[in-house]
Amino acid sequence: MIKACFKVAYRSSVKSDFSLDVKIDIPSKGVTAIFGHSGSGKTTLLRCIAGLEDSVHGHLEVSGQVWQNDNYCLKTYKRPIGYVFQEASLFDHLSAHENLLFAMKRAEHTVSQDNFDRIISVLGIKSQLTRYPNELSGGERQRVAIARALLVQPKILLMDEPLASLDTARKREILPYLERLHENFDIPILYVSHSLDEVARLADHVVVLEAGKVKAQGELTQVFSTLEYSSYFEQGTGVIIKAAVLEKDRQWHLMKVGFTGGELWLSDNDEKISEEVRVRILAKDVSLALSNHEDSSIANRLAGKVEDIIQEENSPIALVRLKVGDEFIIARLTGKSLANLGLKEGMRCWAQIKSVAIVH
Amino acid sequence: MSFSQADMAAIWLTIKLASTVTLLLLIIGTPIAWWLARTSSRWKGPIAAVVALPLVLPPTVIGFYLLIAMGPNGAVGQFTQSLGLGTLPFTFWGLVIASIFYSMPFVIQPIQNAIESLGDRPLEVAATLRAGPWDTFFNVVLPLAKPGFITAAILGFAHTVGEFGVVLMIGGNIPGETQVVSVQIYEHVEAMEYGQAHALSALMILFSFIVLLALYGFQRKGKVHALSVK
Repeated sequence: MIKACFKVAYRSSVKSDFSLDVKIDIPSKGVTAIFGHSGSGKTTLLRCIAGLEDSVHGHLEVSGQVWQNDNYCLKTYKRPIGYVFQEASLFDHLSAHENLLFAMKRAEHTVSQDNFDRIISVLGIKSQLTRYPNELSGGERQRVAIARALLVQPKILLMDEPLASLDTARKREILPYLERLHENFDIPILYVSHSLDEVARLADHVVVLEAGKVKAQGELTQVFSTLEYSSYFEQGTGVIIKAAVLEKDRQWHLMKVGFTGGELWLSDNDEKISEEVRVRILAKDVSLALSNHEDSSIANRLAGKVEDIIQEENSPIALVRLKVGDEFIIARLTGKSLANLGLKEGMRCWAQIKSVAIVH
Repeated sequence: MSFSQADMAAIWLTIKLASTVTLLLLIIGTPIAWWLARTSSRWKGPIAAVVALPLVLPPTVIGFYLLIAMGPNGAVGQFTQSLGLGTLPFTFWGLVIASIFYSMPFVIQPIQNAIESLGDRPLEVAATLRAGPWDTFFNVVLPLAKPGFITAAILGFAHTVGEFGVVLMIGGNIPGETQVVSVQIYEHVEAMEYGQAHALSALMILFSFIVLLALYGFQRKGKVHALSVK
């Protein structure tokens, strides 16, 4: 368990004043995403955990060890962390392999050959080792940087938007490696991102920051399906549901996934039968009906019960949360439709889902 | 072109002086350059200005004040006398100290520029990879800022070779002790020995040209660290 509590205030004539005031608990397993819009303080929070920010007041405890309190602050180079910076941060004067050696020489324990080989193969950089950073592509550089951070054998891996400086193609190239990270290495990962897609795909837990304060924190699916937070995600408002692949329809290139609330058809992405997948259902893709329209073009229809409704003042938009099995689905409708249907909490209705995307 | 024994002594002394000064300046100048590059203290401006003073002052001014300070009644002079070292003016080490002041900006500024252009990132990366401050300096900063250090050494050396006014004020003209090439040339001209003055002057031109050629060739090859001093 990582317990962190920081208070920082920056006064600067160039930038507007910024303050960070957070108290978070991060589980010591899995990937925790720190999500927020730009300027929300997520990078500052990560830098505080790494000890890279000067004169910060706070308490930081990582698996029972105090890294910082009122009168003590462990220097960055004494903290057992791995850090991946937003842009490639390899040392230009060293080859990829020498960059890795730099970390290995300073690691607390010697890195076994097996461990080294595994890290190299998980990140797919075997053939890049002899090259210098300026001879590597942006994606390759970032993969070497991730390997380097792992080779220092950290107790926690901190990643500051490692994909932000890459184009979409490079992102797609790296994401599978990131997914393999937490399958292969049993260390907690703190992952800063402003991309809902990345968060939905990689995270198990999420901390949502807004203007330097914690807006929400908890398990990923739970945070995404909580109505009061969800408007923060704007166009990305929607739920993430963990489901299992049940069957495939080869003729139409579709597959059926099931969860406690029912079954969904979506396009087949070569997942295996019974594999667990994450599907994301955006609120704008969900409409509601009081009865089951079997004559509709929409194949995915789920029965549920209205859990709660949020309608902001002076806004035409309402968000309705349905309980479907053990999961939730959020629908985005106009206030007018809501009134026409006469939806109230506790009512039964049907969610018609126009599109379901697989994220994992 | 042939050199007399006195000329050879002057050449050898010049090389010895410039090497000593360059080495000492790299050791003294690096922490100052580091501080100037990284500090946000309000003293940065004043200190940077003091370091740059020799760029604009006539060498005689620096020489004059150093002469007074190191003389028998000056603070430095009293200190060296109390250590039983006598006074420094008109000695080799007096020249070394004067040259250190005079050539300081030529060494500090390239190093400062090189460290500034590195930014915080390599230092932060090194810290996250468990490298302590000294480790970081020798294994990250030094290699990455190497072009700046080489430029600093070349300029510091060349500039010390080329000084005249400070030498005349502090060192006088003692063969084998303070009589460097530039002073020796002056001496030859005074004595109407134009042939020998020509030989030494031509040597200086050749040396300076080769140094600058090497410097610019090196800067083109490596990363360009702009010279703010020239």
